[in-house]
Formats: sequence, C-alpha cells, structure tokens
Amino acid sequence: MSSRVEILNDGGYRSDGRRQYELRDISIDTSQQGSADGCCTLRHGLTEVLVTIFGPREAKMRSQTLHDRAVINVEVNVLPFSTGERRRRARADRRILELAATIKSTFEPVVQTALYPRSQVDIYVQVLQQDGGLLHACVNATTLALICAGIPMTDFVCAVSGGVHSTEPLLDLTMLEENDLPHMTVAVMPRTGKVTLVALETRLHVDRFAEIFKLAGEAGQALHKEMKRAVRNRTSRLVDAMETSMKQPVGGERDVVMEDRMDF
Amino acid sequence: MDEDWEEGSHRLTSPGEPLTSSQAFMRGHGTYIDNEEVISSVAGTVERVNKLISVRAVRSRYNPEVGDLVVGRITEVQPRRWKVDANSRQDAVLMLSSVNLPGGVQRRKLESDELQMRTFFEEGDLLVAEVQAFFADGAMSLHTRSLRYGKLRNGQLVTISPALIRRLKSHFLSLPCGVDLILGLNGYIWVSKHVKQTEQEGEEAFDAEAVYSNKNDDIDDATRLAVSRVSNIIRILAAHFIPLTDTLLLDAYEWAVEQEGDVKELLQADTGDAMIATIAARD
Repeated sequence: MSSRVEILNDGGYRSDGRRQYELRDISIDTSQQGSADGCCTLRHGLTEVLVTIFGPREAKMRSQTLHDRAVINVEVNVLPFSTGERRRRARADRRILELAATIKSTFEPVVQTALYPRSQVDIYVQVLQQDGGLLHACVNATTLALICAGIPMTDFVCAVSGGVHSTEPLLDLTMLEENDLPHMTVAVMPRTGKVTLVALETRLHVDRFAEIFKLAGEAGQALHKEMKRAVRNRTSRLVDAMETSMKQPVGGERDVVMEDRMDF
Repeated sequence: MDEDWEEGSHRLTSPGEPLTSSQAFMRGHGTYIDNEEVISSVAGTVERVNKLISVRAVRSRYNPEVGDLVVGRITEVQPRRWKVDANSRQDAVLMLSSVNLPGGVQRRKLESDELQMRTFFEEGDLLVAEVQAFFADGAMSLHTRSLRYGKLRNGQLVTISPALIRRLKSHFLSLPCGVDLILGLNGYIWVSKHVKQTEQEGEEAFDAEAVYSNKNDDIDDATRLAVSRVSNIIRILAAHFIPLTDTLLLDAYEWAVEQEGDVKELLQADTGDAMIATIAARD
C-alpha cells in the first residue's frame, strides 16, 4: 500500500510543510534524571528519545572487562506506545539489537575509553516516540548525554538522515517519507568533518549517494551549532549556580559579566 | 590569546573546541592534542596553571586523590580484601591489612582473620575511609586505620554530585541540632545522630564490639526528624547545584524549622525554591 500523500509537491513542499533541505525542529532537555551521570531528552519533530548514561563505573561482567580501556554497553528499549500501532517488542528483537550495536560502534572511536581501564560506560536508550530518523535521534541524544556525564570525547557526533525522491534529495525524513524512499543516516564529527557512521538499509542509486552524503555532512554542521548551544547553556547555568553561592555579595552583576565572557 | 586566561576568569568550552596551540602550552586533563592544537574533550571550565591547560567538567564521577575522605559501600568480599563502591570509575579496594582489627592496633593478621572477614564488613555495609594509595590501573586503595574511620550506623546516606563538596579543614561536621555529618569527597554524605566525642574516640580501649556493630543505638523521634530534615536540605541544595557549606546548611535548617511544616514538604519544588531564595538573600 503506497501512500496517497505526495512526498514532494509541485511547489517544492513536503507532506509536513517543509522544504527539501529543511530540518525538523529540535528540542533538547539535559536536566538531571534520578541518579544517572548524564541524560538527555531529545526531540526531532515527533521523534523523541531519552538517553541516560551511567559510568564510567565498575564493570558488571568481569569476563568482559578490558585491561586497557573502558567497555561501552548500549541497551535500547522501544516503548510499546512509541509507534502508531501499539505493540510490545521483545528486548532481543533483531532490529533493536542492531540499533544498539550501531550506536555502540558509532561512539567507540569518539569516546576516549583508554582513560578508564577496566570500567564500563552504560548507555540506556529509551525510544518514547517514533516518527522517522530514529537512528539519528539516538546518536544525537547519546552525544549530548555523554557530554553531560563529563565523559571525554574527541568531538560531538551529529547525525542526520537523508533520502531521495526521484532525483531530489531530502533531509531529515519523517516516518511517512522513510517508508517510501531510499534513505541513509550519516553521522559526522563537525570539527574535522570525519564520518563515524553511514547506515544504508535500502537500495540507493550510486549517483545519488555522493549528493546526499555531502548534504548530510552540511546538515550535521547546522545541528552541531544547536547542540553546542544547549551544552553551553547547561554548562554556564551550572557554573553560575556554583558561583553564586560562593561569593554572595556581587550576585546581581555577575550574570552580565558571564554573558560577556560567553562569546569569545 | 593570553588576555582571557586571567586568574579567576571562567572560559567555558565544549568537546572538540580548539583551545590553544600545543607548542606554547601543555595539555592537562580534559584535553587532547590534534594537529598541534590543544583541543577540549569535555564540557566545562578552562583552567590554566602556568603553561598547563586543563578543562574541568562541570559534572563527572569522583576523581580520587590521596588523603581524601570518602564514604563507601561494600560490594564484594574477596580474599584478604573488600571491594568498595565509592562513586568512582572503578570500585575501591580495602585491604584486610588496612583496617583496625579487634585486640589492639598493633596486631599481626592471622589466618583466622581472613576467615571471618564478614564479621568486620559485609556486603552492603557503609564505611568511612581515607584514600591511601593508587594501584597501577588507577583503582584506589582505602584505609580505616584511625578511630574516626570505620563502619557507619545511626543515620542515612545522601548522594550528591562530587563537584558540590569542597575540601574542608574537617569533613566531620557536628551541627547544633544534634546531627553529625560526614562529607565524603566522593559525593556520599552520611547524616547521623550525634555521638559524644568521648564515645567516638576510645583511644586506648579500642572497642571492636562497638566499631563493627551492626545495631543502631536508640534514636529518639526528635533526632530522626532532624536527620531527615538535614538530608532533605542537602538534596534541595544539590538539586539547585549549590556547593555545601556548614553556614549554608545551618541557615537552611533554621529556615526549615521556622516553616513548621512537615519534613517531607521540604522536597516540594516551590518550598525548595523559597528556601534557596531566602538563604541566598540572607548573606
């Protein structure tokens, strides 16, 4: 059953009113969740994921500890109400395990695991709502959560999905578009422009590949700005809170001074 | 570039942000070198000591240093050692040889001591100890060879971010409301009933029965209330990311008593905000 909705209409608009290269709105919440070391709730349009990080901590399974670096353990849980039809997926679902393995291999080269020998970093991903671009939402949320946990990383990892409608490339696909179009997910490290993840599950014409790949790289840079701003806000809020209580008398003026220092 | 590295100024940074050239500066914690540039690897504040650039993450796990006072929980009993969870990146180790054993401080360890290690510390027991040394892989070794250290009882544990605990002259606080505090540098805080100084330090007569006892003393209702009030205040301060100081705690405690409300009402968001506003205005 193919969709009756036009993916890209004559005016150049998509089914949800976006242009070809327009990303969905993104909202980031890095507030503390229970006893987690770092956490992030991230929304790309209607896709919403919650990532919590525990660690680096003593490895639970001694057989899996590495004597020269930390082990990264990713567990993904898709909540039954996250999709259109309600169904409970088994934890050992092949697709979910694959998603977890993809996230793990994306972050292994970026996180400086060598600093924490014999430890383990647990990444728990909860998928709250799905509307396409699940993998890139998971990758972006994990990046932010790892940063909040104070785990050293060489750079941000910013992921975006892209697809092709006949010959027109589209970015940040919704569920509806993902079902009909060939699509891929690309994760870039913005400073060097290196790519840590390319996921392609559908067949895509080789001539279109380079185009989407390049576009996704540029979109990653745009996302990076947004993510960096969220991190910066959180850092300055926490540093501010610690400051205020330390030297009380000059409390009123400091906010202004901080603003000045922020843009260098 | 040197101007904005003045003492006391805060430069915020995030992973992947170039800080300076690696030829003029050395890299410290929280940074790495790529392409002759020192690049930040965590989000936090940049710190400079002479030519050394490091970045301190705002929130992270506890980074132990020798001499730190920590509160921990036994997770495992192994041959001649205990494993202790101390909110660090690995479990700490407490050797049988670095605890005080009954029957005199200067006593040889016997095989019988190894066999009855669980009579001293069992899984789940809380203890206060000092960081003694590090192993080659960075795991810390603890010791409890002082009468102030040892098993904890008569109170409750509150966990906060280690960044909120500053190094103080003494980490054993005694509040006038009949509550003792042990501020572990790892972010674990023990809030307990006040114990008289003389009972605490028996000096010569080291009473093993009392030190390794698993039984709480009698705690009256007033003390129970005070303990939970102090714990809740610590939780609120931590939620607002305010570093703990004894004056701040006392101010907050006074305020909480004035409110005459139930202790659990303190944890409601608006009560907490009101408390923070009042004590911030006070000094």
